[in-house]
Amino acid sequence: MNSDASVVEIKKSLPAAGADFVLEVGFRLDAGFTILYGPSGAGKTTLLDCIAGLTAPDAGRIAITDRVFFDDAKGINLPAQRRRVGYVFQSLALFPHLSAEKNIGYGLARVEASERRRKTDAILESFRIAHVRDRRPEEISGGEQQRVALARSLVTDPGVLLLDEPLAALDAVTKGKIIDDLRAWNQMHRVPILYVTHSREEVFALGERVVVLERGRITAQGTPQEVMTAPRLETVAQLAGFENIFAVTVTAAHENRGTMTCRIACSTVELETPLVRAAEAGSAVRVGIRAGDILLATVEPRGLSARNVFSGRMVSLEQRDVTVVVKVDCGVVMEVHLTLAARDALELRVGRDVWLIVKTYSCHVMAGRGPQKHA
Amino acid sequence: MNIVRVGWTDLGRLKRQADGFVYCCFNRRGHRGNTEDFMDWQAFRLTIRLAVLVAAVLFVVGLPIAYWIAYSRRRWKFVVEAVVALPIVLPPTVLGFYVLVALGSRSPLGRWWQSLTGHTLAFTFGGLVIGSILYSLPFAVQPFAAAFSLVDAKLMAASAVLGASKLRTFFRVVLPLSVPGVVTGIALSFAHTMGEFGVVLMVGGNIPGVTRTVSIDIYDRVQAFDYAGANQTALVLLAISFVTLCVVYGVNRRLWLVWK
Repeated sequence: MNSDASVVEIKKSLPAAGADFVLEVGFRLDAGFTILYGPSGAGKTTLLDCIAGLTAPDAGRIAITDRVFFDDAKGINLPAQRRRVGYVFQSLALFPHLSAEKNIGYGLARVEASERRRKTDAILESFRIAHVRDRRPEEISGGEQQRVALARSLVTDPGVLLLDEPLAALDAVTKGKIIDDLRAWNQMHRVPILYVTHSREEVFALGERVVVLERGRITAQGTPQEVMTAPRLETVAQLAGFENIFAVTVTAAHENRGTMTCRIACSTVELETPLVRAAEAGSAVRVGIRAGDILLATVEPRGLSARNVFSGRMVSLEQRDVTVVVKVDCGVVMEVHLTLAARDALELRVGRDVWLIVKTYSCHVMAGRGPQKHA
Repeated sequence: MNIVRVGWTDLGRLKRQADGFVYCCFNRRGHRGNTEDFMDWQAFRLTIRLAVLVAAVLFVVGLPIAYWIAYSRRRWKFVVEAVVALPIVLPPTVLGFYVLVALGSRSPLGRWWQSLTGHTLAFTFGGLVIGSILYSLPFAVQPFAAAFSLVDAKLMAASAVLGASKLRTFFRVVLPLSVPGVVTGIALSFAHTMGEFGVVLMVGGNIPGVTRTVSIDIYDRVQAFDYAGANQTALVLLAISFVTLCVVYGVNRRLWLVWK
């Protein structure tokens, strides 16, 4: 038994707007980054609050390395003050009346003054915020506030680190720097880190493991690659950024080729997808295709390896930041993501006839009910 | 404001010393040879002493009450809030009557005090202090509680996670962020006590130098048709109250700007 392993098992009923639901999770937490991924309202913040000791689960057991925080069977409920948890809130919760230096030193009150000063100085240097040490939170930038909040939690040498969307409001450059800081810290202090995020980039940048939480339950666990690029549940796919999800009916299964043909519901469009076990003619499944996996051509393509080539007409063209989002009606409406360079080179415009190309392996067959996601 | 908390037994001694001092310094004979022609500075000294003492006691007593009101989640919290707010709506004579009865020699409390000191608290400065504390309680507790409840709960959670006990969280996070509300509560309870009439009259009994506060002095002068004296006294009280409030709200405004 790995003595480093931590266990989180929580059962808690949550009153929520709409319908109450129960947070019921059980997972292992190893040293290093574990990403907690899921839509808002899934219970992620409540989960973090339970681990930190700010709220008590109805039942369960929380043990981090060798310390038991909560065990309802044994009546243990360690108060938050004694758990040595580092928690960076979504809103940062920096003390507005204290300087950055005093904020960081807040958790070190019981430490002797010179030692406190030394530790504070060290972390101010390593997070590159020494120049704002005497300023109050409102007087420093968003990125600097994030780093102060992180430093405040890390300087106390916590046994477990909880981060609730800490990088949400930052630009890409600042995010990158802070992610590097976190990774460096993680190398030196191997503690479990539970990181909540909505962002796919952060999942891949940081995640050693991903736990997907939806409506209080874990729907997927594994490495980022397993969970995000080959999702087996449609809800996970939607979260993982599949812009096109179709309900399809299998028309033929080709065992020898390892593929199957599916017809998209309410259309005549046929897709060639990888063969799924237990699929037979007539079964209804769902197929997800990433908008970034679809190729667009302005002349009819020939000699391609791809099995799925559709002709259609562009119905909309929109630029979002550095991505161009194109919707093409080829019997069903598909969303395609292109680069700006591609748009200019192909001289795309609404109403133009184009061809879409989708590799068989870009079609992900999934189980799961849920509304069909039209592009 | 030099707020000094004195024990009940010291109170009488202090009062006598102060009154002697006041008498020597401020009592002069008017041109008609009547000391009462001039404004009764004795009444002012008495009233200010009363108000300072009450504000000080309410600061110490009101903070825990306000903390409980702000953060407790008991379902019967509204009952406590109603009790605290009673003095706002009760006629002062009702409160004054009950305080008088409680302090008098027929109640257990009064008898106990009598066994200790030889007389009851009724018609003494000490009785006035008790009556005023009850009467001004909501004027301290409500601004305190309002300020506490405005402190972001996440800040208190952060403090707890960083290892601070509830007490430490209160002194290092909640109180510093509630300074405007606390200052308001202290000042309002001070100003409100300065202006009390009904409770003071019933509990204190209008004894010069002991329980005759400024508001009662004004009433007496009007009854005696000394409108000039009443007017002067009233104006001074008005000025003191107004200045107190101006200072409070002015300081409040600057404090808000700082946190913004």
